[in-house]
Amino acid sequence: MHIPDGFINGATSAGFGVAAAGGVGAALRQTGKYLSERQVPLAGLVAAFVFAAQMVNFPVVSGMSGHLLGGVLAAVLVGPWAGFVVVAVVLLVQGIFFADGGLSALGLNIVNLGFIGAVGGYAIYRALLRALPKNQRGVIVSAGIAAGIAVPLAALGFVIQYAIGGTVDISMGTVLTAMLGTHVLIGIGEGIITAFVIAAVVRSRPDLVYGAPQYTGVRTEVLS
Amino acid sequence: MNRDRRIFAVGLIAALLVAVIVAQFASSDPDGLEYVAEQEGFAGSAADHELADAPLADYGENVSDSSWLNTAVAGTAGVLLTLAIGYGLFWVARRTNRNRPESTSP
Repeated sequence: MHIPDGFINGATSAGFGVAAAGGVGAALRQTGKYLSERQVPLAGLVAAFVFAAQMVNFPVVSGMSGHLLGGVLAAVLVGPWAGFVVVAVVLLVQGIFFADGGLSALGLNIVNLGFIGAVGGYAIYRALLRALPKNQRGVIVSAGIAAGIAVPLAALGFVIQYAIGGTVDISMGTVLTAMLGTHVLIGIGEGIITAFVIAAVVRSRPDLVYGAPQYTGVRTEVLS
Repeated sequence: MNRDRRIFAVGLIAALLVAVIVAQFASSDPDGLEYVAEQEGFAGSAADHELADAPLADYGENVSDSSWLNTAVAGTAGVLLTLAIGYGLFWVARRTNRNRPESTSP
């Protein structure tokens, strides 16, 4: 769901660019406060893994594919603020080196996939975990469902951006319905992949999962 | 710390396997946003990417005639680039915060 240049006008893109830059700066400060030294390489690795996973478009319906966004995956592993930075780094690398996602649209994409996807998605994860059993299964299920919900929410971010500065005059109701309809389906894939990866990590190294503090009791909460 | 090194190695190998091998089987159909843009008639408003001629643009499309090799090169480069930039950024974020005494102000 990488917005190319041209979909959203320059003023709107620039506004979101400023917001994204401020957001990444704030996220880096927050990250510096809670990330332990041994989590630093892991956080870099999570960025590399999200990049890799985003290359794998899976078929959704005839003629349409989806790919992992990875916000909730990253946030559960390294925390919401580092997760936000992870997504921003992936988008930056994709935009600069792979011509994927417009450069002027970088801020739009960072807000949708990073802020909504990782920080917003992590808030959903925390809410779900409160209602579900606080064990490994609860962590896995919460992460999967939160990831699935975060995808249409990120799509909603695009719809709002399009309502503010879309360059082609089309019915917003149509864009809303189409974006939500397709991304609810893509979210199913996001949820399955996220649950699978979180399960693999939490079962082998629960101490490395930021979002599972009830096992370790060593991490301070950013969002409670 | 040995266990941390092991999980790092396992994670890196997993990321490379996904980017080099699994990505070979990726669907080339448009993703959700591209699909909606085509259906709703605003796909044409997309501008060409400013860096469309970069060596790895479109995941290595211009590297060679072999799409297998192109994806493998792009996947490897992308994994190492995100790892390096992410690692560097997080290292700086942690260091900057840790070394800033709370009591002093400029």
